[in-house]
Amino acid sequence: MANKIKLNLISGRTIQQGVSMEGGKEKPAYRDAAGIIELSSEGFEKLGAWRNTNVRVSSEFGSVVVKAVEALQALPAETAWMPMGPWANQVTDPNTYSTGMPTFKGVPIEVEPAGDESVLGSIELVQKAVRGEL
Amino acid sequence: MTNMITDVVCPFCGTLCDDLEVEVTDDGKKILSVYNACAIGSEKFLHSQASDRLTRPRMQKDDGTWKDVSYSEAIDYTAKMLADAKKPLMYGWSSTSCDAQGVGSELGEAVRAMMDNTATVCHGSTLIAVQDVGIPSCTLGEIKNRADRVIFWGCNPAHAHPRHMSRYSIFPRGFFTGKGSKGRKVIVVDPRVTDTAKLADVHLQLEQGRDYELFDGLRTAFKGEVLPDMVAGIPKEKVREAADLMKSGRFGIIFFGMGVTQSLGKNHNIDAAISTTRDLNDYTKFSIMAMRGHYNVTGSGQVWGWQFGFPYCLDLTRGFARYNPGETSSNDLLRRDEVDAVFVLGSDPGAHFPISSVKKIANLPSVCIDPHMTPTASVCKLHVPVAFVGIEVGGCCYRMDNVPIETRKVVEPPEGMMTDEAFLEKVLDRVKQIKGA
Repeated sequence: MANKIKLNLISGRTIQQGVSMEGGKEKPAYRDAAGIIELSSEGFEKLGAWRNTNVRVSSEFGSVVVKAVEALQALPAETAWMPMGPWANQVTDPNTYSTGMPTFKGVPIEVEPAGDESVLGSIELVQKAVRGEL
Repeated sequence: MTNMITDVVCPFCGTLCDDLEVEVTDDGKKILSVYNACAIGSEKFLHSQASDRLTRPRMQKDDGTWKDVSYSEAIDYTAKMLADAKKPLMYGWSSTSCDAQGVGSELGEAVRAMMDNTATVCHGSTLIAVQDVGIPSCTLGEIKNRADRVIFWGCNPAHAHPRHMSRYSIFPRGFFTGKGSKGRKVIVVDPRVTDTAKLADVHLQLEQGRDYELFDGLRTAFKGEVLPDMVAGIPKEKVREAADLMKSGRFGIIFFGMGVTQSLGKNHNIDAAISTTRDLNDYTKFSIMAMRGHYNVTGSGQVWGWQFGFPYCLDLTRGFARYNPGETSSNDLLRRDEVDAVFVLGSDPGAHFPISSVKKIANLPSVCIDPHMTPTASVCKLHVPVAFVGIEVGGCCYRMDNVPIETRKVVEPPEGMMTDEAFLEKVLDRVKQIKGA
């Protein structure tokens, strides 16, 4: 049975994200590399969803649909990982606490299966987000 | 026939590899192959040759469609936007040369701008900490030739700086490190079992966000004082093992990245990291270095440090430079609606800022100078493609250890395409005309 699970989100560089970014952020390869969330196998068990299904990731700062994949670099069960980019930045914590630096790492999130919703490309995602259409 | 250009510098990450070989056509117009680069660097060179590359400036119309404009129209729009604004934000500056950054500084002074670079979402916390407590650092050459203890803390060079480990930190044989990786002990501190952690002799898998606690735990262990059973989720025996390993080396280096700068604690985490390095110098020689991301974010800090006294978060609105991260930093300015125009060059805040900041950019007069189509370009009113620095135009860049390296031009840019430095010079001239200077 599908569930909504709570996790701690961190984000950062992956080499696939870097290569596809340089190959063109408007291309599907960038979406495939960075429009994902990595979960541990325990995370998938708790979520009750298959690998490579689309999930909705939500925080108090926003929400986004990405594809859930099993972590290539092992994660603690309570942690989720997203490559840096516009998908992660829909939900990341913008508070800087007077340092200038948003709190990109350690964002409380909820993850749930997204049904038929698709993962948007980076350009469409950002354009819809700034127009408030997400 | 083809030409092989050697000693080419890679304009991707702060490692600034300078041993690339690029094969180009005889007429110098097309790159055929790239040797020695990592996957990301190679893609950057090859994508510059893409047939669908944008070559002319474009204005975005209200319905979201684009209209091609000339460079002179783009220069005029940009100059008027900056000259008319009370408090424009000029952001980016990390994917360009120091030469262009210098012209940008002059432009920023002329329009009394807020100026910020990508350190604001990268190693800005580090810059604050360095101002607080100083930094004992060194060059990557010293590390290659001397380091026998290498610590990667909150960074994952296997993905973010792919050739760092083979050129400088783990694998190379240097003057005093003839055994290469066999003579080095590697410690990785990361909540994930990253591909870098898989290479480590000791992996300290701390709980995310508890870096400050672990730095303090190590400093306690160096002195042989009492530790609690668990430090940041790690058994105290393992912390002592890592501390002893660090102390027993002849020359150690702590490389640190976003895991420390972007987690809560931020600059205080780096204070603790630098203090840990200082403590280690009671026992052996230790240095610390930030794993800088963009290939010339370090240069941006150098240029502004030299010109204004501060490396980022510049406030030039009063006719002299002020600096106060938290007040004069891009994300805080945008979220508080404190700027009335946005100029972006050499960065992509549309992809790498929190979306609340990107929404503000989209609602302001905005210009994006970038060779690529990016999320930033997609929400700006004007997008100006320019030549790639380090591929189609040379220029000075600073490596992550503050060593300046002159990048090389390997091919001609598409016909008629401007460099960012030339575009900035034209905008500066136009701003001076508008302001009657």
